[in-house]
Amino acid sequence: MLKMTDVKKVFRTDLVETHALKDFNLQVGEGDFVAVTGPSGSGKTTFLNIAGLLETFDGGTYELDGQDVSNLNDKHRSQLRNEKIGFIFQGFNLIPDLNLFDNVDVPLRYRGFNSAERKKRIENSLEMVGLAQRMKHLPSQLSGGQQQRVAIARALAGEPRFLLADEPTGNLDTKMANSVMELLKTINDAGTTIIMVTHDADLAKQARRNIYVRDGQVSEL
Amino acid sequence: MFNYYIKLAFKSFKRNPILSLLMVTAIALGIGASMTTITVNYLMSANPIPHKSEQLFHIQVDNWDPNNPFNDDEDALPNQLTWTDATNLTHAKKALRQSAMSMSGAIIEPQDSESKPFEASIRLAYTDFFAMFDVPFLYGGPWDNNSDSNREQVVVLSKRTNESVFGGENSIGKNIVIAGRHFQVVGVIDTWEVMPKFYDVNNGPFNETEELFMPFSLKEDLELPNWGNNNCWKSPDGEGYAAFLRSECINTQMWVELPNAQAEADYLDFLNNYVRSQKELGRFPRPLHNRLNDVMEWMERREVVEEDAKMMMWLSFMFLLVCLLNTIGLLLAKFTGKSSEIGLRLAVGASKADVFKQHIVETACIGLVGGIAGLGLTLVGLQGIKSLYGDFVDDLASLDASMIVVALVIALVSSIAAGLYPTWRACNISPASQLKSQ
Repeated sequence: MLKMTDVKKVFRTDLVETHALKDFNLQVGEGDFVAVTGPSGSGKTTFLNIAGLLETFDGGTYELDGQDVSNLNDKHRSQLRNEKIGFIFQGFNLIPDLNLFDNVDVPLRYRGFNSAERKKRIENSLEMVGLAQRMKHLPSQLSGGQQQRVAIARALAGEPRFLLADEPTGNLDTKMANSVMELLKTINDAGTTIIMVTHDADLAKQARRNIYVRDGQVSEL
Repeated sequence: MFNYYIKLAFKSFKRNPILSLLMVTAIALGIGASMTTITVNYLMSANPIPHKSEQLFHIQVDNWDPNNPFNDDEDALPNQLTWTDATNLTHAKKALRQSAMSMSGAIIEPQDSESKPFEASIRLAYTDFFAMFDVPFLYGGPWDNNSDSNREQVVVLSKRTNESVFGGENSIGKNIVIAGRHFQVVGVIDTWEVMPKFYDVNNGPFNETEELFMPFSLKEDLELPNWGNNNCWKSPDGEGYAAFLRSECINTQMWVELPNAQAEADYLDFLNNYVRSQKELGRFPRPLHNRLNDVMEWMERREVVEEDAKMMMWLSFMFLLVCLLNTIGLLLAKFTGKSSEIGLRLAVGASKADVFKQHIVETACIGLVGGIAGLGLTLVGLQGIKSLYGDFVDDLASLDASMIVVALVIALVSSIAAGLYPTWRACNISPASQLKSQ
């Protein structure tokens, strides 16, 4: 389902080259829940960005759902992101002056759904995260945990095959972190493949599979 | 998606009201300044009689000093005719319509003893003047050819003069005392303000229409004064008004109506033959050089749109450019502030083209609001011109529907142009770096 073979990523400045990923090989199957751990600067986020088609890479091959994505143009990459991938970020990344309904609506707008279909999906996904009653609220009126739930609802509204989460509980206290983790497990149980980058070893243990990234290379734990 | 982009534009407007207001103000100032000068230039250079401007011709003949041309430009001809030539050419009746004309003035004595006498401007012309220039009549009509020939004391009043003297009622057949003589009113014209007043640009192309019209032939009988330019290259041969009229001094305009190119060519032949015949009488010492100018050629030749006005227009365009440069800076600041939102939109499936369209629509909305505010400033600017130059620029300093459309189009196009670079930058940000930085 997700297959990276000898993927390389180099960040260059005038003075220095940084090899963020070196011969990175990984295969993730459908319905998997992979926790990615590793020290800071090891390449975890770079891997996630490449996996989510947010960054290009300099060598190797990457197949997403059987499709080689190495040479796709911006339009096709954005279409793939929109249809197959959902993102959850550490900082939630909600748009502050849009209410919950409109925030969850953002990815659906680029999908071409009609308004009835969008409304149904938004209501369903907010229902799933337990915030259907607050869809007219602004993000600033919610707690951190609730905001992350909205971000999850936004990621789920398009019914993606993959959910990529970059330290989704990094800004939350333990109670809220556990609550979000339970939600992710429920989503995974429903069939969505999840790749989650985390520093929290306890949370990582709750995933089906753990991998460790160090110096741009991956190893199974 | 367009409606969605509009909604986002106004959300963005509310998110940064001060920044947005600064951009709207910058565009409004630029549009206000440029539209004020464009409007004045547009009205100055407008075709005052579009349906027949190519059939009406102002005549120029070179009766000037053999040793010195009329002015430094070798191609320049005297811009008026002598009374003698204008009268001869009119009486020849070689055109479909023709009229010598000049401006004068006299005192009107209202019959109502309570009203005070007042001075009125007069257009001395032949009867063809009215048909040639499509002058609309409220009451009656023009005098006839016999009145021209027999020097009858008949008069056509402007609507305003009729209101002043006769209270606006139908005054046809009534008497009016002008310059101490009794005239019979034969017509009252309706509102008629040609802008520019092409038929006599010597006396101010933006002046009001005259208050009275009377047969040109009366100029000699009444010894009416000449209002406007009078240029001479040699002194009259003798003393008195008759000698002045028959001198080589130029003070008369001459217009003819020629319906087609053949008529124009024929008339020029006639004009050349006329000048040759005058040369045999010892006049026209300079080489044969005559010219017919249609309405727009004449206005261009006489530089009805002054260089100052053109310069002001270009300066105001420069000011608009400066305002747009400021807008570019403000847009860069605004879109930089939206980097995280743009990063998010790219991450969840927006293409660069989607982001580009969203921000161009936002820029266009700012431009449109700026354009509307600019129209308000244009009205203020035009009001300022009116108060500076007086009532006679009333018609020049007014905004018509086409200029409103022009203002909005300029505002839209210029703001979109200003938004291209900031928008291009916005859609080229790296979503990964923006999302991680949150």
